[in-house]
Amino acid sequence: MKPAAFDYIAATTIDMAIAALAAAGGEAKILAGGQSLVPMLNFRLLRPSVLVDINGIADLANIEETGSDIRVGALTRHYQLETSAIIARHFPVLSCAMTHVAHLAIRNRGTVGGSLSHADPAAELPMLALLLEAKLRIASASGTRTLAAREFFLDALTVDLGSAEILTEIALPKLPPRTGWGFEEVARRHGDFALAAVAATLTASDGAIAEARIALTGVGPTPVRAADAEALLVGHALEDGLAVRAIDAVRASIAPESDLHASSDYRRHLAGVLAGRALAAAWQRANASAA
Amino acid sequence: MIAPRDITVTVNGAAYQAAVEPRLLLADFLRHTLGLTGTHVGCEHGVCGACTVLIDGDSARSCLMLAVQANGKRVETVESLGRIGQMSALQESFREHHALQCGFCTPGMLMTATDLLKKYPLASDDDIRKGLSGNLCRCTGYQHIVKAIRAVVGK
Repeated sequence: MKPAAFDYIAATTIDMAIAALAAAGGEAKILAGGQSLVPMLNFRLLRPSVLVDINGIADLANIEETGSDIRVGALTRHYQLETSAIIARHFPVLSCAMTHVAHLAIRNRGTVGGSLSHADPAAELPMLALLLEAKLRIASASGTRTLAAREFFLDALTVDLGSAEILTEIALPKLPPRTGWGFEEVARRHGDFALAAVAATLTASDGAIAEARIALTGVGPTPVRAADAEALLVGHALEDGLAVRAIDAVRASIAPESDLHASSDYRRHLAGVLAGRALAAAWQRANASAA
Repeated sequence: MIAPRDITVTVNGAAYQAAVEPRLLLADFLRHTLGLTGTHVGCEHGVCGACTVLIDGDSARSCLMLAVQANGKRVETVESLGRIGQMSALQESFREHHALQCGFCTPGMLMTATDLLKKYPLASDDDIRKGLSGNLCRCTGYQHIVKAIRAVVGK
């Protein structure tokens, strides 16, 4: 239970980190919060030749508001996100979701960039990135590129990120006024990875749903949006019959795996129940907000 | 052989300089290099919480940090809280409420509780239980640990 030997580079700039990653030719790993990486090193599931520690890079842990979005630096810790006043004002669904991420000692260290790049199929942050339509800024030796969250998650633990690229920042577009939210998760124990979780936003306009977003995690190799259910909802008020049809559409859109923790049928059923609760909460909040 | 790195770390108020191999875990540095065996090592993959310490005041698993990452940081271990005959209020509450039996999880419980008490109101016992969900105890059933922390909330 000790890591195999590796070399260690403490990067102080993004350029320095990118150069170190490129020089290692795919044999390096980025060390950010280390909360997923170090267990894999301890188990020797990973044996990188070099760790590039990005914790010393300045200005990579800021949360900033612009006119149209909120920019979150990749080194922002989960606890920072959980307690940020800017996040609470613009994305209370994200503040709520963060309290479900692991435990305080993990949230103190774990980072936004690390969680998204690791892409655990049952993690909360990738689902929230999909829900909030995050734009991911990725730096490499050839410059920077920007990718939508829906293009980033490719498969379980697999993202569109090269071995000499670093996710540096995510931009979360602000939500329209009169947008309510809901977040529901079931895990065996508080802080464990979700058996299933659902995050939803509904935007109200003249008593009807103008925009609906429903994201799920724990029900497939990557987080997903329930596009069919979203389309069903738009243009109507959320009454009971519509909610049932939306729940059915959510269940029809996923094919969860069975594993030690829960069967496929249980997860599909659970996802529907949680979606129903999240939509009800979102609709109530959308109509309660004065803005 | 990877060259050792020189680090300077403040542990429980005292400055230490050491040359460490990059792969050395902070938990092993504290226990083996410094001889501070109050920090316990259970699962070595971030699940049991026994190795929890404070890094610049924030709780962290010392099995999920490298010693080299502690360079320039302030580390506090259970030894910083108090000693027999001079225990901290939290330690005294653990004693009073029988919040430990074998004691293996206790250092991690104490350091986790220290950070929880600082950051959260812990208004309900449920909040305390959620806060302790990353620290495993196989003896007490947690009830007495919850009571011990409850007794010092707001003090």
